[in-house]
Amino acid sequence: MAVITPQRRIGWLSANFVVIALALIPVLWLVSLSLKTPTAILDPSFIPSQWTWGNYSGILTSSQFLRPLLNSIGIGLISTIIAVGLASMAAYAIARLQFPGKGVLIGMALLIAMFPLIALVTPLFTIERALGLFNTWPGLIIPYIAFGLPLGIYILSAFFREIPWELEKAAKVDGATPFQAFIRVIAPLAAPGMVTTAILVFLACWNDFILAISFTSTIASRTAPAAMEYFSGGSVFTVPTGPISAAAVVITIPIIIFVLFFQRRIVAGLTSGAVKG
Amino acid sequence: MAEIVLEHITKRFPDGSLAVNDFNLDIRDGEFVILVGPSGCGKSTTLNMIAGLEDITSGELLIAGQVVNSKSPKDRDIAMVFQSYALYPHMTVRDNMGFALKLAKTPKDVINQKVEEAARILDLTQYLDRKPANLSGGQRQRVAMGRAIVRDPAAFLMDEPLSNLDAKLRVQTRTEISRLQRRLGTTTVYVTHDQVEALTLGDRVVVMRSGLLQQVGSPKQLYDTPENLFVAGFIGSPAMNFLSGTIEDNKLRTSLGDFPLTDQLRRELSAANVERQVIVGVRPENFEDAALVGTDNRPHGITFKANIDVLESIGSDVFVYFTLGRDSGVNSAELEELAEDAGRGATGGGGDTIVARLDAATRIREGSEADLWVDGRALHVFDPASGRNLSLGNAEERAATSTAPATPAAPAPEEVAPEEAAPDTSTRTDNIT
Repeated sequence: MAVITPQRRIGWLSANFVVIALALIPVLWLVSLSLKTPTAILDPSFIPSQWTWGNYSGILTSSQFLRPLLNSIGIGLISTIIAVGLASMAAYAIARLQFPGKGVLIGMALLIAMFPLIALVTPLFTIERALGLFNTWPGLIIPYIAFGLPLGIYILSAFFREIPWELEKAAKVDGATPFQAFIRVIAPLAAPGMVTTAILVFLACWNDFILAISFTSTIASRTAPAAMEYFSGGSVFTVPTGPISAAAVVITIPIIIFVLFFQRRIVAGLTSGAVKG
Repeated sequence: MAEIVLEHITKRFPDGSLAVNDFNLDIRDGEFVILVGPSGCGKSTTLNMIAGLEDITSGELLIAGQVVNSKSPKDRDIAMVFQSYALYPHMTVRDNMGFALKLAKTPKDVINQKVEEAARILDLTQYLDRKPANLSGGQRQRVAMGRAIVRDPAAFLMDEPLSNLDAKLRVQTRTEISRLQRRLGTTTVYVTHDQVEALTLGDRVVVMRSGLLQQVGSPKQLYDTPENLFVAGFIGSPAMNFLSGTIEDNKLRTSLGDFPLTDQLRRELSAANVERQVIVGVRPENFEDAALVGTDNRPHGITFKANIDVLESIGSDVFVYFTLGRDSGVNSAELEELAEDAGRGATGGGGDTIVARLDAATRIREGSEADLWVDGRALHVFDPASGRNLSLGNAEERAATSTAPATPAAPAPEEVAPEEAAPDTSTRTDNIT
């Protein structure tokens, strides 16, 4: 390691500052927009000249936003739980077992992850219409799980591979069934991986726009990002910039909380001490 | 408590490689049996098969009289100590030790009582609420032992439990394990690649090589009467010296000198129809400084001259290293394998060098020529083709009895290991952290 000279320190600080500023300015701008009155929306100043909570109170009292927000939370959580559950079992099998077609299975999973989503919208739309899933929660949950699984399997199989196999053997000798060994020993140790996967899958569901706008038609199943598309302004000719910004800020907050809350667990190396350290 | 019987156990991996080949062993109730051999000899695979962690390709495994081939590990009532200890890192020491009992739905107070008793035996009481990450290597090893003993299982299986400890701690813990096993009287199968560990711990030692059982016997039997070249070379430290020899004119001719053939050896040689070439094995302690050999012993051996290359004094003994000028090296697949296992396969060193252990009173100096005496009674003569020890007599018969499942090493008087006169187990040393 080179000695950290004051010049180096300043160099790093300014580089960090640039990166953070680039990431934060659009967000702060969004916050600024959401706090401006409709008439001041074109005001170029960064700090609103007139502050208003009107945009927030507007969207948070409108069922046009509240119901989709509920849909987003519900669909996102259900998809995440099922996807992580299935992915952890599949990843465990991939990491631990030798079976014919294992390579093909991994390849298929990767293929699904690579497939451009937009190309699937039309066929899926037809299928969902035929099956009566259009404009329902399962109509979004099922594709979300399908697209969340490859990612989950990838991350989790890496985590499972890291867990010493002897721990599982020890659990078996201690009298655990394979399922008990998985639930009591392997899964707790893979928890950081599961949380990481859960966050990523949840983010993907939460942020999805293409499927949400395509497979829904009413607020019964429309998610928040799609619902913002249907916001209306004061007149036909007004763009509802304020409410959209406010809604964007509102749907960003849960993600920030989510990540801040689990950050520690993602980083924590839970497996330390399992084998000779 | 249970006896473990392995009958014609064979393990073939899916890729076709044969890990264990027709393995027969009868482990008596309460016995401490060591499986020893170089890496890749199938000892760990055998242990895993007993544990139920590996399927048995063919043969029968009986624990307490029941065939358990198709039983899962949890139904075999065995406890295992792993090389890496395999402690559950997310559980405290208490939970680690009580895990098996918890799975068996033992009442909480019983679990606590058993865990605390085991912790007391192993000196872990003050660490019960720590996680494994906050323990030293020795403490982790004891937690792994504790996890095994709280269950009071039919048998303990130990897979190189000491190999992750440093040398000093290893010796201490070795004694602890020996004491613990005698105290509990639980059948134990212990796997190691360290022959010193094997000889010091076991009631009986099983030497394996390439999936084949080589010899079963008490440490003394293995040391004194190795049945073949491999066992002879593997057991003992420093290892037995090997020289090439020829049978000529009723004499055993070696680069050390000529030895008269014993009657027994003559019988064996004619019976086995061996070529004139043989391999001669001499243990380092069968050499002596000729000046220190008493007159009554002298006629039993021969005296020869050697240039001492290196002399190592460890106080109680003196080790001298010398080479014999003439073509004395031997070639044998078994010996090469041993050399490779000992890490000198690539360097080629050690093959022709002879090690002798002399009395500390010797006045031999490094770099000088010395008169050495070798005890002719202690020679081992091996058939180079089969590796069989010809100096034992009735080799087939011996081989048959020691591997047959029904007659595990007839209890000869010398089989009782000196440790059998066990030290008082209640006064254990408390400094093994």
